[in-house]
Amino acid sequence: MLATESKEQYLAAFNQSRSTRSAGGPSWLEELREAGIASFEALGFPSHKNEAWKFTSVEPISSQSFVHANGAAQSLDANEILSRSFVDAESCRLVFINGVYAPEFSRTQDLPAGVRVQSLAKMVRQNDDFLSVHLGRYARHQHEAFAALNTAFVEDGAVIIVPERCRLTQPVYLVFASVAGERQVMSHPRILILLGAASEAKIVESYIGLNSGTYFCNALTELIGGPDALIEHYRLQQEGDAGLHVGTLEADLERGCQLTAHAVTLSGSLVRNNVHVVLDGEGAACVLNGLYLGDKRQHIDNYTEIEHAKPRASSLELYKGILGGSSHGVFNGKIIVHKDAQKSDARQTNKNLLLSANAAVNTKPQLEIYADDVKCSHGSTIGQLDADALFYLRTRGLGLEEARSILSFAFASDVVARIKIDSLRQRLDDYLVARFRKP
Amino acid sequence: MLDIKNLHAKVSNQEILRGINLHVGAGEVHAIMGPNGSGKSTLAHVLAGRENYEVTSGEVIYQGKDLLTMSPEARAREGIFLAFQYPVEIPGVSTTYFLKAALNAVRKHRGLEELDAMEFLALMKEKTKLVEMDQVLINRPLNEGFSGGEKKRNEVLQMAVLDPTLALLDETDSGLDIDALRVVAGGVNALRRKDRAIIVITHYQRLLEYIVPDFIHVLYNGRVVKSGTKELALQLESKGYDWLKSETAAVQ
Repeated sequence: MLATESKEQYLAAFNQSRSTRSAGGPSWLEELREAGIASFEALGFPSHKNEAWKFTSVEPISSQSFVHANGAAQSLDANEILSRSFVDAESCRLVFINGVYAPEFSRTQDLPAGVRVQSLAKMVRQNDDFLSVHLGRYARHQHEAFAALNTAFVEDGAVIIVPERCRLTQPVYLVFASVAGERQVMSHPRILILLGAASEAKIVESYIGLNSGTYFCNALTELIGGPDALIEHYRLQQEGDAGLHVGTLEADLERGCQLTAHAVTLSGSLVRNNVHVVLDGEGAACVLNGLYLGDKRQHIDNYTEIEHAKPRASSLELYKGILGGSSHGVFNGKIIVHKDAQKSDARQTNKNLLLSANAAVNTKPQLEIYADDVKCSHGSTIGQLDADALFYLRTRGLGLEEARSILSFAFASDVVARIKIDSLRQRLDDYLVARFRKP
Repeated sequence: MLDIKNLHAKVSNQEILRGINLHVGAGEVHAIMGPNGSGKSTLAHVLAGRENYEVTSGEVIYQGKDLLTMSPEARAREGIFLAFQYPVEIPGVSTTYFLKAALNAVRKHRGLEELDAMEFLALMKEKTKLVEMDQVLINRPLNEGFSGGEKKRNEVLQMAVLDPTLALLDETDSGLDIDALRVVAGGVNALRRKDRAIIVITHYQRLLEYIVPDFIHVLYNGRVVKSGTKELALQLESKGYDWLKSETAAVQ
């Protein structure tokens, strides 16, 4: 299919959804959708000519057709969904099947007063004023084709609101399970996270594919961190073997706000993670922490962009990739220090371990610095398992495969150690041990 | 236990070992001395199975088996242990974690039951005492940020846990102060047993005051040029290696 045909297809799908969409929806949302599709019509799918997509072809997405799924027809096992997505049975969670809220798998009891964890569709039906103010405030649909598509097709997703000075100690999980059926489905989950001043929260987005069919999940999260808020955000991807995933995090941090954002990609055919953080207040800080494991013919692209917009903000970024089979990893780390952002401190590291001769990685730092009093550093490495370390372990009686698995596990360990939710870290540890043991 | 016959080996196309002959019996402690570049460490690594060291001729028979056809891990499971001169640092793997996996691989090969976590910790507690090693260290990433002495203690600890039949100590004394040397040597001495052989490779006579060998061999230019009992070490100490170099040159 030609790119133009593919674009037409989305435009047609939008026209159809416009006519079938239930009447009586809020007009502001309809306007937002119209703006989204207009942006997409103008932008089209990105090509290699676009610097931000130089190493990633979106052809697997643009050359196929997908339909919206209306929930899951087949019966699904709650325990399977939870264990696959690394979620505790007692946890607070919203579960979505093909992008549609599934209350039967969700659990929102025991939240502190004032905290809201809700389905977006439900809030739209309640016509909450809050949404019209915040939804779409930070997503850049005018510039990003996938943000535009998500905006055009926005229906459901999650809204999390934590009021001022509220400390949400238990993590909130958002689970997005895709189930490919006879027809290739797509979903465009939209997440809005609003944290009040001096509040605290841990939020985990967990994406899983429940079968090996082809589907397209295009998720977009807008996160707004109030002054001095403390946030841990996790994005965990375990898409199916033929799953196509574009995930975007748009974060805006006010004065003194601290965000730690993790992106862990364990599977999926094509995965693109966009992380855009604006340090929008003095002393705001972000830590970006990434781990991507490639195998078979997977393509995993991490595109991160940190904007130091105000003085004395800091960013610390560590992304690590382990690529085997014929997989392809991409890391692009852009740091922009604006003119007024004096005393900025930005450090970026990307390390890659290639486990096979056919695996490849492209790593690219991009610094744009317009202030003069800043500290900025970046470094990237691409290497193989250390021969001396392999020999050392083998002289202790460990077989070659076991020695390799121990060293691969070790390579990922500092990124894993930064995960502060104990049960999540433990599950990831167990997963990694099992994965690297595989012959 | 170990018979090395006319062993020749190359490292990056340069011949380092040029016909080593050595017999080591059970219960014996042998010291291999020699100047820098004489081939001491190469010999240790060839015996442990280092892959980029190419054996060009000769044979090594260990407990009746052809050692040179075995992988490094097969040699380890058969009871060979090499204490490294430069132990590698592995961030992200603790001594406890990898040593438990290693011990169980070795035990499985020897037909013994694998140890569970509790049994292993009890064993570690006992063996860390032997080398006077802080328990905290064994749960830290392997050798990362360890002092020279701590790294060498860790090597002897691993040796004690893996219970080898033939232990090769490659310049275990290098970079140690007297206290650390005493502890490391004490650990090695505690492992002397009539069914176990130990080969101590060292540049200096000093270590041999603590680990007293049954035999001493001097390696020079890839060959054993002199063998004797512990008194040979004292001769070397007073005369230096030059004495042997000129003697060897005269023979050749």
